[in-house]
Amino acid sequence: MICADAIPNVKPKQQRLILAVVALVAVIGAGLLATLALRDQAAYFFTPAEAKAATITPGEEVRLGGVVERGSIERQTDGLTIAFRLTDGTAVVPVRYTGIVPDLFAEGSGAVADGRFRADGTFVADRILAKHDERYMAPQMDHIPLNAGDTVVEGDAA
Amino acid sequence: MIAELGHAMLWIAAGLALLQIVAGIFELRGRHIVAARPLAIAQGVLTMIAFLLLIWLFVRSDMSVDLIARNSHSDKPLIYRISGTWGNHEGSMLLWLTILGFAGAMVGLFEKRLDARTLTATLVAQASLALGFFTFLLLVSNPFKRLVPAPPQGLGLNPLLQDPGLAFHPPTLYLGYVGLSVAFSFAVGAMITRDVGPAFARAMRPWVLLSWIFLTIGIVAGSYWAYYELGWGGWWFWDPVENASLMPWIAATALLHSVSVTATRDALRTWTLMLAVVGFSMSMLGTFIVRSGLLTSVHSFAVDPERGLYILGLLAFYIGGALLLFGLRVGAVAESQRFNWMSREAALVLNNLLLSVILVIVLVGTMSPIVAEALGSQISVGPPYYNPWTAAFALPLVAVMVLGPLLRWRQDDGAKVRKWAPLLIGAIVITIVLCLIFAPGMGILPLLGLALAVGVGIVSLAPLVGRNLRRTPLPVWGMVVAHFGVAVALVGMATESAFIKERLAAVRVGETVEVANWRVRLTDVRPVVGPNWTAVEAVLDVQRGNSDVETMRPQARTFNQPQTETNEAALKTVWNGQLYAVLGQSAGRDEQGRERWQLRLWWKPLVWFIWAGGGLIALGGLLSLIGRIQPLRTFRGNKAAA
Repeated sequence: MICADAIPNVKPKQQRLILAVVALVAVIGAGLLATLALRDQAAYFFTPAEAKAATITPGEEVRLGGVVERGSIERQTDGLTIAFRLTDGTAVVPVRYTGIVPDLFAEGSGAVADGRFRADGTFVADRILAKHDERYMAPQMDHIPLNAGDTVVEGDAA
Repeated sequence: MIAELGHAMLWIAAGLALLQIVAGIFELRGRHIVAARPLAIAQGVLTMIAFLLLIWLFVRSDMSVDLIARNSHSDKPLIYRISGTWGNHEGSMLLWLTILGFAGAMVGLFEKRLDARTLTATLVAQASLALGFFTFLLLVSNPFKRLVPAPPQGLGLNPLLQDPGLAFHPPTLYLGYVGLSVAFSFAVGAMITRDVGPAFARAMRPWVLLSWIFLTIGIVAGSYWAYYELGWGGWWFWDPVENASLMPWIAATALLHSVSVTATRDALRTWTLMLAVVGFSMSMLGTFIVRSGLLTSVHSFAVDPERGLYILGLLAFYIGGALLLFGLRVGAVAESQRFNWMSREAALVLNNLLLSVILVIVLVGTMSPIVAEALGSQISVGPPYYNPWTAAFALPLVAVMVLGPLLRWRQDDGAKVRKWAPLLIGAIVITIVLCLIFAPGMGILPLLGLALAVGVGIVSLAPLVGRNLRRTPLPVWGMVVAHFGVAVALVGMATESAFIKERLAAVRVGETVEVANWRVRLTDVRPVVGPNWTAVEAVLDVQRGNSDVETMRPQARTFNQPQTETNEAALKTVWNGQLYAVLGQSAGRDEQGRERWQLRLWWKPLVWFIWAGGGLIALGGLLSLIGRIQPLRTFRGNKAAA
C-alpha cells in the first residue's frame, strides 16, 4: 500500500486540476447535503394550526410556536410543572412543561416550545423559549420614542 | 465640541483612505510616490482618536449625543459606560474601523519582508476596505449624531450585556475578524502583482495566526459566557450569533494550515488565496448578520433598508471583486511543487476539505432561516440539524489530525505511522473497552469522540519525541499545544454529554436534594440589592461525599434600567467537573403551607476541559506567533546562545 516510488507520475498542472475538482465536489456536495438535511428540518417548526393539519408521529422531535393563551397557565401541585395552551388564533394545543420557565414567558405573549406530541395530543416540552428572548444582543430599542417628533439633527462636522 | 471633533476626524481619515488608494495606484503604475505607508499610519491614528473621543463621551454620559442617550445611563458603573461604547450598532462599527485602521498602520509600520510593490498593492486593498466602511459609518450610521434637545437621562444598556466578560468579548472577536481583513488584503495585493510565493505566505501567516488566536479566545469566552450567564447549562447553542464567530474561525483554521504549506513547501497557493478571501467574507458576513438586525427578523432589517442595503452592497462589492480578481489571476500564479498522496500536504488538503464542508454546513444552516423568511416562509434550524452533520465531518477531521503530524512533507513511506500504530491502536482500544465496561449505555458519538481524543492526545506529543525540548522551535511547541488542546476539549465535550446528571426540584428552606454524589441543602432564600438590580438569592450548602460544606448563591435578578429579569447561575468547580445551580421562581406552597422554590442542578463531569482545551488551542497559536515574529526570534536565539 505504501508507494515507495517518490512523487506520483502527474504533472503539476494535473495535480492542481485534480485538487480543484475534489474541492469543488466537496463544497458542492456539502451544499447539497445541507440543503437536503434542511428540507427534513423544514418540517421541524409548526404553528398549532399546522400541527393540527399535519400528521406528526407522537415522539418525533418538533418545535411548536405560538402565543400563550390568556388565563391558560396552570401550575401543578409539584411546583415544577406548568400546563398551558399555545394558540395561533385558529388552533389550540395543550402543552405541559416541567422546569424553570424563561423570564419573558407570560400569558398573551409569544413562546416557542421544543418537545414532542403525546398520543393524546398534548405537547410535552423539554425547553421553552419566550419570543423576543434577546439571548445575546441588546434589544434594538428603536421602538421606544426618545423625544417626540423629529427633533433629531445631524451633528455638524467642523 | 468633542462629538464634532470626533466626527471631523472620521471625515479626514476617510479622505486619507481615498488618497492612499490613489497614491498607491500611481505607485503601482511606476510613478515614484512613497505615500501608502505614511498614509496608512495617519489614517489609523485618526480613527483611533475618534474612537477614544467616543469613549470619552460615553464616560461623561453626554446625553446630547443621540447614540449615548439611546444606549447608556449615568447610573451605570464606569466599566459598563465604557463598554457601552461598542454595545450598539454605530459604536461597534467604529470599533471595527478603528481596528481596521490600526491593522493597516501596523502593516505600514512593520512589514519589511514583502516585496515593495506587493506591499503597496496590499495597502491599497486595505484602504479600499476602510473607505467603504468609512462611508457606511459617515452616511448611515454616524456615532456622533447630536440629539436636540438632550434628554435628562439615557435608556440604559441591556443587563445581559452588563458583565465584565462580555465587555471585552466584542473587541476580541473584532480583532479576529479584522485580522482576517489583513490576510484578505495580502491575498488581493499578491494577486494584483502576481507575486504569490513563500515570501507572501510568510508575511501573511502572522496575521492569520493573530486573527485566529483572537477568534479562538472570542469563541471560547463567548461559549463560557453563554454557559454561566444564560442559566441553561449548555455551552453551545448553534445560535446565529455564535455561528457568526464560528464560521470565520473554521475558515481561518483551514487558512492557517494551508498558508503553512505555502510558506514551507510553496504548494497550495490557490487554496491559500481562496481561503483568505473566504475567511474575510465570513468575517464580514458575521459582523453584518449580527449588526444589521437581520438576525432578529428580516422585518427589522427592512425597518432600516438604507443601512441593510449598504451593507449588502459592500459585501457584494468586496467579495465579488476579490473573486473576479481570483478568476483572472488563478492561471498566472501557477505553483510548481508537487506532492505524493501520502504526505503531510495531502493530510492538510484533507483537513482543508473537511473544514470547508463543515463551513458550508454551518453557513447553509445559518443563512437558510433568513433567506426563507425573506421568501415568506419560516424554518427553524437547530441542534437536530447541526449536531449530527457537523459531528459526521468533525470526527473524520480529528482522525486526520491523528495521522497528519506523523507524515513527512512531500512523500512519506509510512515508517512513523507504523512506529506509532501499536501504541495508538492499543490506547484507542483500551479507551473503548473501558467505556463499554463502565458506561455500557454511552452514545456512539461521545464514545468515538473520547477514543479519537485519546489518539490525538498521544499523537500531538509525537513531534516532541526525540527532540531536545529546550531547542525545540516555538512553532513546533505551538502545534503540539494546540493539537493537545483539541484533545482536551474533545474529552470535555464527550464526557459532559455522556455523563451529565440533572436534577430539578421544588425545595423548601431546610430541605436537601441530591445530584450525582452531591448533597445540596437550601438554607435560606433572601432578597439582595445590587447597584442597578434587585434579586432573590438562594443560599445553598453543598457537600460532596464527606468533604467540606461549601456555599453557592444562585440568584434571580431584576434589573431596573431597562427592566429585565435574568438568572445568575452559581458554579462550584472541582477538578473533575462543575456543579451548576439555577434558582427559578417560587414553586408555590406545599401541603403544610411552607413555600417552595424551583431549583435546577446539574453535575457536569469534566465540563471545564472544554474551555481549558480552547485556552490551550489559543495558547498554541500564541506560541507559534511569537516564534514567527522576527525580533522575538532573534531575542530568543541570543538567549539560547548565551
